[in-house]
Amino acid sequence: MREIAVVGFAQARNVRRTPATTNGVEMLIPVFEEVLAATGLSKQDIGFWCSGSSDYLAGRAFSFVSAVDAIGAFPPIIESHVEMDGAWALYEAWVKIRTGEVDTALVYGFGKSSAGELRRVLALQLDPYLVAPLWPDPVALAGLQARLGIEAGLWTERDMAAVAARSRADATANPAAQLAGPVSVDELLARPYLADPLRAHDCAPISDGAAAVVLAATGRAQDITERPAWITGFEHRIESAALGARELTTSPSTVAAAKAAGADGIDVAELHAPFTHQEILLRQALGLGEEVRINPSGGALCGNPMFAAGLARIGEAARAVMAGTAGRALAHATSGPLLQQNLVCVLDGGQP
Amino acid sequence: MTVGQAPLSAPLEVGFDYTRSLGPLLSEFATALAGRRLLGVRGSDGRVHVPPVEYDPVTAAPLSELVEVATAGTVRTWSWQAQPLAGQPLPHPFGWALIHLDGAGTAMLHAVDAGTPDRMRTGMRVRVRWSDTPGNGIRDIACFEPLDAPQAAVPAGPPAEPVTMITAPVHLTVLHTVSPGEDVHLRGLAEGRLIGQRCPVCHKVYVPSRGACPTCGVFTGENVELPDRGTVTTFCVVNVPFLGQRITPPYVAAYILLDGADIAFLHLVLGCRPDEVRMGMRVAAVWRPRAEWGTTTRNIDHFRPTGEPDAPYESYANHL
Repeated sequence: MREIAVVGFAQARNVRRTPATTNGVEMLIPVFEEVLAATGLSKQDIGFWCSGSSDYLAGRAFSFVSAVDAIGAFPPIIESHVEMDGAWALYEAWVKIRTGEVDTALVYGFGKSSAGELRRVLALQLDPYLVAPLWPDPVALAGLQARLGIEAGLWTERDMAAVAARSRADATANPAAQLAGPVSVDELLARPYLADPLRAHDCAPISDGAAAVVLAATGRAQDITERPAWITGFEHRIESAALGARELTTSPSTVAAAKAAGADGIDVAELHAPFTHQEILLRQALGLGEEVRINPSGGALCGNPMFAAGLARIGEAARAVMAGTAGRALAHATSGPLLQQNLVCVLDGGQP
Repeated sequence: MTVGQAPLSAPLEVGFDYTRSLGPLLSEFATALAGRRLLGVRGSDGRVHVPPVEYDPVTAAPLSELVEVATAGTVRTWSWQAQPLAGQPLPHPFGWALIHLDGAGTAMLHAVDAGTPDRMRTGMRVRVRWSDTPGNGIRDIACFEPLDAPQAAVPAGPPAEPVTMITAPVHLTVLHTVSPGEDVHLRGLAEGRLIGQRCPVCHKVYVPSRGACPTCGVFTGENVELPDRGTVTTFCVVNVPFLGQRITPPYVAAYILLDGADIAFLHLVLGCRPDEVRMGMRVAAVWRPRAEWGTTTRNIDHFRPTGEPDAPYESYANHL
């Protein structure tokens, strides 16, 4: 089987509200220019294009078709789309390259979360018969999960605030971050609840943004970059849609995906945790110890563009490997309510 | 990209009242709810799922053994909704909870009308408060309330008929923003001007421009003012009536290539018999009275034949 590596990553600055359209074109054109320039590739060098986005977020049908304007699809391109985070589009592209049909792929995700009322839009991913008619919002649901862990002694509100403080401090080095800057745990804990037991710092901000990752197969990858981030394991798993039937203080689907992907010997982990307690939960579930650097980018807590934030975790993990600051990195992406579906991608700097 | 004032934007309401057929298992659940009873289903491992699941979450086996559970239970975890959102069970602040009903093996999600967060706690006992308007599935439970709260009289009346369908309204508001190219075009229309944009790479002129060249994948920054006359490239005669139709059929919808443009757009051709319209016909815009103009394509009421000689096929062959 041919090996595949991440060879490039770029993202738009995460912002609370972009004046751009919901079809992503204005955010994507500069991101494509940046990632193509960095990899030395042209549009014609890309064998496969794959995107992740959502019409629910865009408030229009087939918004991803309009997004293709950003590519310039002439001569005609090979293209696909998932109504999921771009991390799953990356999985599709990875499979496509493994078939041998193409050698390179550019994967992108975009979301203008600010266009609608995100907390209501996300209620529509819930069971349409028994749960969505109540319009539970993602922050309220996350509060249920956070309290389960607090009362089980798995984490505290102080632990959660410490995650937020560390993330924002790290994000000062990330020019794409929406939130960044030093803040103390005590300062955060003094703030009021947004949705008891969650405070605003426990929740990812509402973000508009876009991200793109370039993949290349053995042979091409080494030509593009000195140190490709080789994908040594790539798996995703899903849990039941019935909230009451799930184990909410751990993440069996993440654990299963990580095991299948061979996630050991990790130096850096980029975890897609839109809530502070979910980062702790994922760290515990994956058994990531103190020696593992978590979310050096600041993570989704400092910028969470829907349908791009998971892909950006893979991009950030790959960037650490390509830069040599990590030998072996784990990237995680999530989808659905309360970490229902999880993807783990293991990236390694060593020659395959 | 033209940088200046913020692009035009407008709210769009996207809404539909979904009717959802429930299937056999959820119909029994909904019918029982309308009769003020709660049912669960026994899973492969023996535990009772409330609300019922059609297939076991672990084994995926189809499930069918319905079990009645109590209408009171225990809160397993909770969070506080300080500012309720549209569509949620209560209009005032309330708690969300996973509630383990007596006799159930799993917890269900619903709202608890506790008044203030200090009245919520894990382990608290709650009971169902029934809706006054039964027959709509999970919403037959108005919410839960603390067991020590005064109990309102249970609204009377068993269901007359099985509940096989629910109505689930979905209404969202999206603020739509136009692209920079569309913005230039729409603001131009408000002044009676037709403004397109040229691609810096292939030099094609798009009108209206979406702001990017779909062939080259670059921003189209250079504005190009175009005349309000052009050529019919292709057309169709509309003979079929439909909802919202503005003109009585038959009439002609045509692609019109403005002089100097590289892409045609759709508009109406009136002012002649439909069977007189042809490819290559020269047409000009008929504007509405200036007082009615806005940032909209409707400023042009329609196009009319100019009477000029037809444009040669070669002049629009590459724009079809």
